[in-house]
Amino acid sequence: MKNWPLWEIFVRSKQGLSHKHVGSLHAADAEMAMQNARDVYTRRMEGVSIWVVESVHVTASDPDEKESMFDPANDKVYRHPTFYDVPDGVTHI
Amino acid sequence: MELKIKYLLQIADNAMIIGHRLSEWCGHGPILEQDIAMTNIALDHLGLARNLYQYCARLEGGGKTEDDYPYKRDVRKWRNLLLCEQDNGDFGKTITRQFLYDTFNLQFLTALQDSHDEHLAAIAAKSLKETTYHLQYSGDWMIRLGDGTEESHDRIQKSVNDLWMYADESFLESEADRWALNEKIGVDLNALKLPTQNNRTEILKEATLQIPESGWTQQGGKEGKHSEQLGYILSDLQFLQRAYPNSVW
Repeated sequence: MKNWPLWEIFVRSKQGLSHKHVGSLHAADAEMAMQNARDVYTRRMEGVSIWVVESVHVTASDPDEKESMFDPANDKVYRHPTFYDVPDGVTHI
Repeated sequence: MELKIKYLLQIADNAMIIGHRLSEWCGHGPILEQDIAMTNIALDHLGLARNLYQYCARLEGGGKTEDDYPYKRDVRKWRNLLLCEQDNGDFGKTITRQFLYDTFNLQFLTALQDSHDEHLAAIAAKSLKETTYHLQYSGDWMIRLGDGTEESHDRIQKSVNDLWMYADESFLESEADRWALNEKIGVDLNALKLPTQNNRTEILKEATLQIPESGWTQQGGKEGKHSEQLGYILSDLQFLQRAYPNSVW
């Protein structure tokens, strides 16, 4: 059991359009990860769909590179679509 | 009416006692995820038991409440199968007990959906969804442990051998079973035997486990004759109401 790999769990809620990361857990394989995720993360009706991904397959950005990765976006206000009027009736924005 | 209550209690007590056994794993599971899984399933069983105890209390009237059945009945009044009260043992024994019960319960609740008692049929339909998952859980673990390491295989084979004499008590008809079948409220237990056994055989084969030869079947649970195990459960479950009668939250 100590050798069981770690899995990242993503759940889509009833209203949600995308799966959101909810946490991680240990399981021997994908099938068990799915069952464990069902019991650990959806027992209070949190979701209607589950993705499980073995954690080793996630490539994460390096926290030490945070400044070069993300700070340049700080002063580019023109990248936000705040200069438009959104017509009534347009949903999911 | 008396037989109807007995019939409902047979179903309710199975759920109450096997649920209580599973709840004993709370905080003791082999890993956190399984701890949660088992207590989650325990709550499903408790939910079914509550629905039926509430129904019994309503039918009996006279100020009875759902709590009277689990907390204020002595051992001889309990009607659960002997299988349900067997101790947890190791994780493999618990899984084997659940597996033997789930395979029966899936067929039982499927058939109970056609009960002419609409309330009972509705309770069965709700619980069937839960039981489908219970069997997926216990069946998967049977296969994992049986087809796992040499140690896990040997240990779960021993549990299968040890519990096999309790496997088929569910098919033996009590007086209440016969009455309920006659009134079209209950289920024909004989018709469940073959599909249940086929389901068990299929999964045990995939788990590379030997199916024990059927021999003597332990019986008596439905008539209130229990193994010593139930006494231990009740002394735990009923302690508070016995020591401090009518205490409430």
